[in-house]
Amino acid sequence: MKKLVIFLAVIFLCASFIKDGGYQVGDKAIDFTLKNIDDKTYSLADQKNAKGFIVVFTCNHCPYAVKYEDRIIALNNKYAKLGYPVVAINPNDATAYPDDNFANMKKRAKSKSFTFPYLVDDSQEIAKTYGASKTPHVFVLQKVNNDLIVKYIGAIDDNTDDASAVKVKYVEQAVDELLAGKPVVITSTKAIGCGIKWKQ
Amino acid sequence: MSTIYSLFILLFFSTSTEDYKVSSKIETITLEQLQAKTIHPDNDTLYIVNFWATWCGPCVAELPYFEQAAKIPTGKKMKILLINLDFLSEKEKVIAFTAKKKLQNDVYMLNAGDPNMWINQIDTNWDGAIPVTVFYKSGKKVFFHEGDLTQAELDEKIQNHLTN
Repeated sequence: MKKLVIFLAVIFLCASFIKDGGYQVGDKAIDFTLKNIDDKTYSLADQKNAKGFIVVFTCNHCPYAVKYEDRIIALNNKYAKLGYPVVAINPNDATAYPDDNFANMKKRAKSKSFTFPYLVDDSQEIAKTYGASKTPHVFVLQKVNNDLIVKYIGAIDDNTDDASAVKVKYVEQAVDELLAGKPVVITSTKAIGCGIKWKQ
Repeated sequence: MSTIYSLFILLFFSTSTEDYKVSSKIETITLEQLQAKTIHPDNDTLYIVNFWATWCGPCVAELPYFEQAAKIPTGKKMKILLINLDFLSEKEKVIAFTAKKKLQNDVYMLNAGDPNMWINQIDTNWDGAIPVTVFYKSGKKVFFHEGDLTQAELDEKIQNHLTN
């Protein structure tokens, strides 16, 4: 009996450890139903025409997220019509960062004329399950049969500070490769960003 | 001769009083330069590198701990480098911040290009969130920590690595 308890405890520990690690490229991603800034709920399953998604964990307050706002809008303008719409998710604890609360998300989306959903991950479960650690943090998903497969994780491009000096557009490259039916060459990148503020 | 003598006295007193180095400029540093400063196989100085940014709350909160740690008379050699990751286009902000906080440790702004290329060179387990603190001694990385530290944790780590 004692051995069984230890065995189960080890399994449990391993399982929780894996969960903390989030998704790796090639993993099946879960769908979600989250509240959008239009007060309606949004889920990936409802987007029947999409071939995949550019899921961006982002927020209002972070200077990195702000630097990328125009580039996120441009991504959606370019790829939504090709079947890869942007889905932005704000995972931050709004108590810690009032800038990131739902009212301010609405304001920001309006002032920047977001053309994509901007969802609130209030329980932070989606960010945790995906393994988002900072903002912005991108997950490119491809629909394969009825599953959503993670094809790319990481940064939008290689220069946060200066959009005009970007040499490699990582997300565009990955989505272009998926659209061409090719394997994604650079499947993950690392970037500096604002750590997601987790609820206590 | 007396002029030189008084100049010497003046210098002595100006450095021994609370003369904060309020810098009007800040140097940038490349990854290679940082590595050259911290990775010395043949010296036993403990190099403490903290990656931070003015926009990072936990980073700003722990900066005083590094300032405090630098004041502890350790009897051994130790050097703290505060490596700033603000945007290079916002240098003025960092200069104003370091002046306001009266930072005494050496501050550099990292100029290393695409983070995807250099983050792994600091540590392959680092995913890019800051603050991050790394210790180097005798040419090796001896400690890596992602996330903030308390004063007690930092002091303890320093003591451990100074005595080892």
